[in-house]
Amino acid sequence: MTELSNPQPVAPPRNQWLDVWDQFKTHRGALWGGIIFVIIIAGVYLGPLIWRVDPQFLPQGRDFINLRDMRPIWVGLFDSSAKVSWAHPLGTDNLGRDTLARLMMGGRVSIAVGLTAMLLALFLGTLVGVVAGYVRKMDGPLMRLTDLFLALPLLPLILVASLLFREPLSASFGPEGGVFILIVVLIGITSWMPTARIVRGDVLALKEREFVLAAQSIGTSGSKLIMRHVLPNVLSPIMVSATLGIASAIITESALSFLGFGFPPDFPTWGRLLNDGVDRVVSFPERSILPGIMISLTVLSVNYLGDGLRDALDPRIRGR
Amino acid sequence: MKTKTLLLGAIATAAMAPAAFAERGSDGNVSIIYWQAPSILNPFLSGGTKDVESASMIIEPLARYNENGELVPWLVEEIPTTDNGGVSADLTSITWKITPGILWSDGTEFTSADVKFTADYCMDPEGGCAQLTKFDGVTSIDTPDDYTVTVNFEGPTPFPYGPFVGGESPILQAAQFADCMGAKAPECTEQNFYPIGTGPFTVTDFRPNDVIQMAANENYRDPAKPAFATVTFKGGGDATAAGRAVMETGEFDYAWNLQLAPDVIAQMEAGGKGTPVAGFGPLVERIMLNNTNPDPALGPDDRAVVRPHPFLGDPAVYKAMSMAIDRPLLVEIGYGKAGKVSCNWIPAPAAYNSTSLSCDTQDIVGANAMLDAAGIVDTDGDGIREKDGVPLKILYQTSTNAVRQDFQALIKQWWSEIGIETELRNINASVFFGGDPASPDTFQKFYADVEMYANTFNGTDPQSYLGNMLCDKAPSPASQWQGENISRFCMEEYDALYAQLTQTAGIEARSEIGKKLNDMAVMNGAMIPLVHRGRLSAHANSLGGVVLNVWDSELWNVADWYRME
Amino acid sequence: MLTFTIRRLILAVPTLLFISLVIFLLLELAPGDPMAQVPLTVPAEVKEQMRLALGLGEPMYIRFWKWIVQFFWIEPQVLIDHYFGTTFAEGKLRVISWQTRSPVMDIVIQRLPQTLWVVGTAYVVGILIALPIGIYSAYRQYSWFDQAGTFVSMIGFSVPPFFSGVLVIVIFSVWLGWFPSIYDTTLVVDSWESFKRQLQQMIMPVMVLALQITAQISRFMRASMLDNLNQDYVRTARAKGLGERVVVMVHVLRNSMIPVVTVIALGVPSIFGGAIITEQVFKVNGIGQLLITAIQANDLPMVQTLTFIFAVLIVLFNLVADVLYGLLDPRIRYD
Repeated sequence: MTELSNPQPVAPPRNQWLDVWDQFKTHRGALWGGIIFVIIIAGVYLGPLIWRVDPQFLPQGRDFINLRDMRPIWVGLFDSSAKVSWAHPLGTDNLGRDTLARLMMGGRVSIAVGLTAMLLALFLGTLVGVVAGYVRKMDGPLMRLTDLFLALPLLPLILVASLLFREPLSASFGPEGGVFILIVVLIGITSWMPTARIVRGDVLALKEREFVLAAQSIGTSGSKLIMRHVLPNVLSPIMVSATLGIASAIITESALSFLGFGFPPDFPTWGRLLNDGVDRVVSFPERSILPGIMISLTVLSVNYLGDGLRDALDPRIRGR
Repeated sequence: MKTKTLLLGAIATAAMAPAAFAERGSDGNVSIIYWQAPSILNPFLSGGTKDVESASMIIEPLARYNENGELVPWLVEEIPTTDNGGVSADLTSITWKITPGILWSDGTEFTSADVKFTADYCMDPEGGCAQLTKFDGVTSIDTPDDYTVTVNFEGPTPFPYGPFVGGESPILQAAQFADCMGAKAPECTEQNFYPIGTGPFTVTDFRPNDVIQMAANENYRDPAKPAFATVTFKGGGDATAAGRAVMETGEFDYAWNLQLAPDVIAQMEAGGKGTPVAGFGPLVERIMLNNTNPDPALGPDDRAVVRPHPFLGDPAVYKAMSMAIDRPLLVEIGYGKAGKVSCNWIPAPAAYNSTSLSCDTQDIVGANAMLDAAGIVDTDGDGIREKDGVPLKILYQTSTNAVRQDFQALIKQWWSEIGIETELRNINASVFFGGDPASPDTFQKFYADVEMYANTFNGTDPQSYLGNMLCDKAPSPASQWQGENISRFCMEEYDALYAQLTQTAGIEARSEIGKKLNDMAVMNGAMIPLVHRGRLSAHANSLGGVVLNVWDSELWNVADWYRME
Repeated sequence: MLTFTIRRLILAVPTLLFISLVIFLLLELAPGDPMAQVPLTVPAEVKEQMRLALGLGEPMYIRFWKWIVQFFWIEPQVLIDHYFGTTFAEGKLRVISWQTRSPVMDIVIQRLPQTLWVVGTAYVVGILIALPIGIYSAYRQYSWFDQAGTFVSMIGFSVPPFFSGVLVIVIFSVWLGWFPSIYDTTLVVDSWESFKRQLQQMIMPVMVLALQITAQISRFMRASMLDNLNQDYVRTARAKGLGERVVVMVHVLRNSMIPVVTVIALGVPSIFGGAIITEQVFKVNGIGQLLITAIQANDLPMVQTLTFIFAVLIVLFNLVADVLYGLLDPRIRYD
């Protein structure tokens, strides 16, 4: 009762982002997801500072025969005849390159491609979706544009793009940088459509809700309305698209490399390592399974991270 | 009672006798898998190997090559030669004598009119015939009677076995294809999918790019063959899956062209249901050296057109590059049983295989010494040698393919040890081998310093293949980037010696010149041969009679296949 | 709603024509050559003649016009002839594939059954599994069921079919020998025995595909349910004393289905498009395999026709999704 009679706040209002962080902390899955994601990033970016083996190095002469097709050390536990060595804890590939070093190098590329392509697709998808859902005049044209992109055959599109842009991009960003930009842009512009459709659907529904009407009636400008009232409410489908987007970007990249449109052949990525291992899945299952686990772990951790973020950013949940 | 015993006895002997005495259709179904699916059964409208080989079970040529590359009569009585008078003394005509009594699968008789029709069909200018080169130089076909065909050439032709020989040039039935001449050829879907032939099988159901079902030909000339009543010919997928279906799960009896790494093949063979078989034709995996300058700074009319290359023309450079390569290791990694070390452009047939070059051992020290001696040294300390101030940086391109990418990685490493820096590129095969003049990535345009691919020739005579290195065959903007001289090799002596070859008859004299031409091209920096590649196919352990043939269709003797108990 | 649908259908015609033009230009611009698969031993002049025989010598606009006429005028006539025994299309040139020199539509119709069987079944199975998982995961958020569901669906989504397909083949075909590794497209289902064989050969491709579909749809379902479970109207419903079952299955589910229906409707065209990689791995040889081989062989009429059919389906199902939106959510007004 005393509190009620004393309406003066005792402390200054808390920062909104502190609230978000508090909520985020209580989400165990998100916390673990975040930790694992940080570990993976640290592993692939800082790992090479500790594990100083050149992922491109090919042993020569006699060594080549001795060092190729090594198994991971744990295989030695149940198969004493297996070729294992502590010098190559995760084994080597059929050309004698160190798997651990290649996994790190591949991870750097895959995560970079996955994150950038996903962000690009999300940006495009959200932009198109919000505009189409909110501005009635733009709805028709933008949705027909979405139809067009959904209908375009991906492979010829990639062929045309690499024909037109590969050389200029390589000239200005170097062969690897050029390919990186090309791949990220291609994956981005061919995967924003589902996000756009879903966001548009949600925006259409939100537009008719009372709080939007209320905001409109007090004269909130269009862009403010979208940023403050509409966007936060479509966050959850965007988050789902984001986590699925990373996985599909990583895998699309591997398919592109496999078809010869991706990175130079001696440039490993997780998707490519997985793909290269498929033929030998019986004799050397680890060559596909290890990169597969890495992709899954990354996607899982991003997914939990996204879950936690969504909950933390939602004031209705945060309040409880 | 007596007849019954006799019959029983007959059945018993049939059961015990080898398959040669088996009855037609007694062995049930045989299933074949090609990981490239056949899309048409008319080899004149598609040059694809998959189409030629699937059609070879149905339609046949007058003569075939056997597994040793020798000509064997197929629908004719003997192979015409100058000795037996079948080839005229001035080498301008060849006369084939058809075996009488051969029937088409619809029961009508096979005659010389069909042979003449086939030539007219392919030589029609509007037809777009894929096998037109088989009829090069043919002026007319005479059919004096139903069983005689004379092919007249415009000039002396030392090797007249082009038309009607081998799986690429089978005989079509005149009655069936009469309305499909010229521009109408592509519209004859029914004919192209269900050709009537003289071969051991007839098509019962054709699903393009998927599966073909065939049944034994009731009118086949040997009443005891084929041993199988039906054939399932499945297409599609990839080589790994095809090999697995034959050698590991036993679902299929025969898998074609398993381009897989040797350890993968070995692991599949351990499945115990099938056996891989290898055969060697003239297919060579090689690195082509660009004799022109592919510098991107040059304009579209000069790039890969103007000579010379800044450093690849120096014998020390290309010899050192070749010496640095460990070919036995490449064979072991990439092809295993289906590969041999090759220093030659033309490693087969044996008569044309030059023995003057050797390249079995890697010699990095020697390669470095050779470059040092030629004054190509690292002057600025970055680990890369320079020739006249130009660093030895190489762009190395090839088509996308797991084995080729492994080769690229290995060779890059070896070249780095002799002070040459390599940038790798792989290009989708349909772009790389497609002749689109608008694309910068085709193998003809060769916008790179070196490129790797494999090439071969049909039949056993390499004359036109040797012609690929003539100066005027170099692709250029003027020729719409068409032309077979990919490395833009040009040497007057070579052109002169080639002209001599075209005038020479007799296998010994021809092979002598052939070997010299081979050595000339390889030693003067046209290419670095790497691996002599074979064809590796696999058959089920229960399938008998398979004889792998790389000179003709792999299914050339499918009539002799049988089921082993 | 009706006028909206009709207006959209009329608008779809110019849209589709425009799409077909864009596809055509894209295919024309793309490097590649229908002769790329012809062996190197065939000389360039012969290849040039083969190209001319395919009609490649004509200018681009004439070829586009020819395709339009063949596809929109002659092919419907062929269809009418087929059903009524008339002879409208006799002697007229249909859309001809460059690889097989046969009418494209015949091959498409030949390929549809296996694609619809495998991909369609997988889609239905995937949705049937995904919806309950999504609903229950959201209702019991962060329970062990939810965690397990998230884990499995994420793995399902991040493992590409060229790996999972090969893995199940190695396990179930090579080691256990339960199912065939190669799909038999010629199998006619006319008896119990052949139906069993059909089931056996369908199980592996359907499972591999359903895993991906389930992963995707259950994620969307869960997210959408979670959004609605915290809404005020749910609290109101509960406060009114409605049973938990009614609250979740009627109030929340109906509202949560709105975005999920979009995802499901938008996925339907992909059933007809087939599954390129899965079809390749199991040799199902349906529409997906047809498209990829046509692209590899640069069979432009085939690629053009197939992608255009997909475009029609995509536009159609986008419309279906929009109409469903309006039906499910009365607040959305289109007119």
